[in-house]
Amino acid sequence: MYSYDHYDQAMVDARVEEFRDQARRRLEGKLTEDQFKPLRLMNGLYLQLHAYMLRVAIPYGTLNSRQMHALGDIADKYDRGYGHFTTRQNLQYNWIKLEDAADILADLAKVEMHAIQTSGNCIRNISSDHFAGAAADELVDPRPYAELMRQWSSFHPEFTYLPRKFKIAVIAAEKDRAAMRLHDIGIQIVQNEAGELGARFYVGGGMGRTPMIAPMIRNFVPLDQLITYAEACLRVYNRYGRRDNKYKARIKILVHELGKDEYTRQVEEEFAHLLSQGIEPPLAELERIRTHFADPAFEDGTKQVDRSDPDFAVWVDRNTHRHKHDSYVSAVISLKPVGGIPGDATGEQIRIMARLAKQYSFDELRIMHTQNVVLPHVKIADLHALWTELETAGLGAPNMDTIEDMIACPGLDYCALANARSIPLAQRISERFDASDKTARLGELKMKISGCINACGHHHAGHIGILGVDKKGTENYQLSLGGSEAEDTSLAKITGPGFTEDGVIEAVDKVTDVYLEQRQGEERFLDTYRRIGMEPFKEALYGA
Amino acid sequence: MIILTGNDLKTGAVTWWNGADWSLYVDDAVDVGEQAEEILAREEALRRVNVPYSIQATREDDGKVRPAHIKDRIRALGPTVRPDLTLKPQSPEAIDWVI
Ligand code: HEM
Ligand code: SF4
Repeated sequence: MYSYDHYDQAMVDARVEEFRDQARRRLEGKLTEDQFKPLRLMNGLYLQLHAYMLRVAIPYGTLNSRQMHALGDIADKYDRGYGHFTTRQNLQYNWIKLEDAADILADLAKVEMHAIQTSGNCIRNISSDHFAGAAADELVDPRPYAELMRQWSSFHPEFTYLPRKFKIAVIAAEKDRAAMRLHDIGIQIVQNEAGELGARFYVGGGMGRTPMIAPMIRNFVPLDQLITYAEACLRVYNRYGRRDNKYKARIKILVHELGKDEYTRQVEEEFAHLLSQGIEPPLAELERIRTHFADPAFEDGTKQVDRSDPDFAVWVDRNTHRHKHDSYVSAVISLKPVGGIPGDATGEQIRIMARLAKQYSFDELRIMHTQNVVLPHVKIADLHALWTELETAGLGAPNMDTIEDMIACPGLDYCALANARSIPLAQRISERFDASDKTARLGELKMKISGCINACGHHHAGHIGILGVDKKGTENYQLSLGGSEAEDTSLAKITGPGFTEDGVIEAVDKVTDVYLEQRQGEERFLDTYRRIGMEPFKEALYGA
Repeated sequence: MIILTGNDLKTGAVTWWNGADWSLYVDDAVDVGEQAEEILAREEALRRVNVPYSIQATREDDGKVRPAHIKDRIRALGPTVRPDLTLKPQSPEAIDWVI
């Protein structure tokens, strides 16, 4: 795992002290809220419905057990005993006091963490494949490239005031586990015919009120030009992105309005110019970073799972992922207990996960964009012992990628921008589907819920998506079908008129019935939808 | 009625203007009528509240105050999905209207 050098540490420490001074001046009345707000947002501190909220960056979702332990301690010491893992592989605390905020940042800095660039119109935390460095199907570990981009994008002077926020994802497998094409820039590390590694660039994806799938603008950028190419993409956006209208300011609108070809032409022109400027970091730096991500010392051991305990076998089938070493698997810890709040974990649970990572996974954890946690390297021989401990801690739900493994944003229970609540829907749906045996019969079914058009809950990319809207002061929900954020990226389509809270739960039940009646062979919900189209679902929902 | 709400500057806690100070309980809120802007400006300058604003509300027959918008009702109570973190445990009487 990457660890800070003295530059990183000095920058983060200096930032904490700077913020401590700013917060003090705000509390003393030397700064107004209008003056302070941009300063606190640059340090991840929002004001939400019930209190301040702090968003902590977890670069490409990777952290070690010491860091995880510190996150649990902060939840207990400064918050109300829990934290919320988000779709951008970050952690949010919901009950922060302004008086404590600088102390929390100082505690984070001690374990090489921060909240810098988790808000504002800058390059945000870079996300990646949660099985990076472990997955059997990856070409290489994408994280060294993500780390190089983190260093490039941290405090980048030219990109601190972009027209709008900017999100980058980096993957290195054909299977997309990071919603790569729904980012402002999605990068896939690929190999050319000569066997050299390079980066494929997708630019202009996003969710929000105008969802778009990023088109590919360059098939192969040599690794020693990666940063230069990214810089060119950002420069064109920084220059021409719409600053006149917040809702048209994301890069997806620029790429759409210019057209992919014209945007690409401008990027290539800028790139050609930048190549002569020598801004690319030396490859030796990439090599230095790569040494931090070397494989741990894997050992040969049992390759067969003992399936004699049926509950354990169900969990193994659902919640483990094939590892590049055949004596290991990656284990997914579900933060979606039946009736629970998606992505929430108590301070105690966070510390338990930290301890289990130390004991069973070479000290490493990953946060998934689906709001779960991964122990990336677990020996098959240790799996049963691990599962037993997870069960005891209430962390053993065997539901990865099922309808119960829902993404739900904080919604109107916490979020100042929300139109409707999302969490209660998630709770009721998981309870209902768990009570019948329907969850298992449905198999893979990705369900995603957002409380407003900003789409933090990825509803556009759900096999089934729900969007909360405000209908004359009451909560109302739009249902959509057919989205995907995997390598077969697609945007969901709205079924028709919206529903009440009870109504939308019935509606989800009905569309899953249509699937169960119509599916052929091994089809997933999404496959059946793609084959039969919207009509049969509409008919079931609204009558002929 | 028109009532005033905001968040406490130091703690972020949701507060309501009771005519003299900022209370944690929406039931303490008073109708400020025409004076909203004046009180808001003064109180914000005194740093007794952060980003305050005025809202519509009704006083029910039992004297309880009910904000017109669901967002402010949830602010008044706390997250509906975590009753343990709302005002209810300390003050069971506080809020009994339905969100
Ligand atoms: C509660 C405080 C939050 C606020 C105020 C907030 C605000 C926003 C806004 C305004 C947008 C739309 C941006 C745009 O289209 O230009 C957005 C998008 C997004 N947010 Fe949040 N959000 C919050 C929490 C979260 C959480 C908890 C998550 C993860 C579960 C999250 C993940 C995302 C994602 C993935 C997007 C879509 C990205 C895109 O449009 O490309 N946000 N958020
Ligand atoms: S989708 Fe809307 S309601 Fe949900 S967290 Fe984002 S901004 Fe808040």
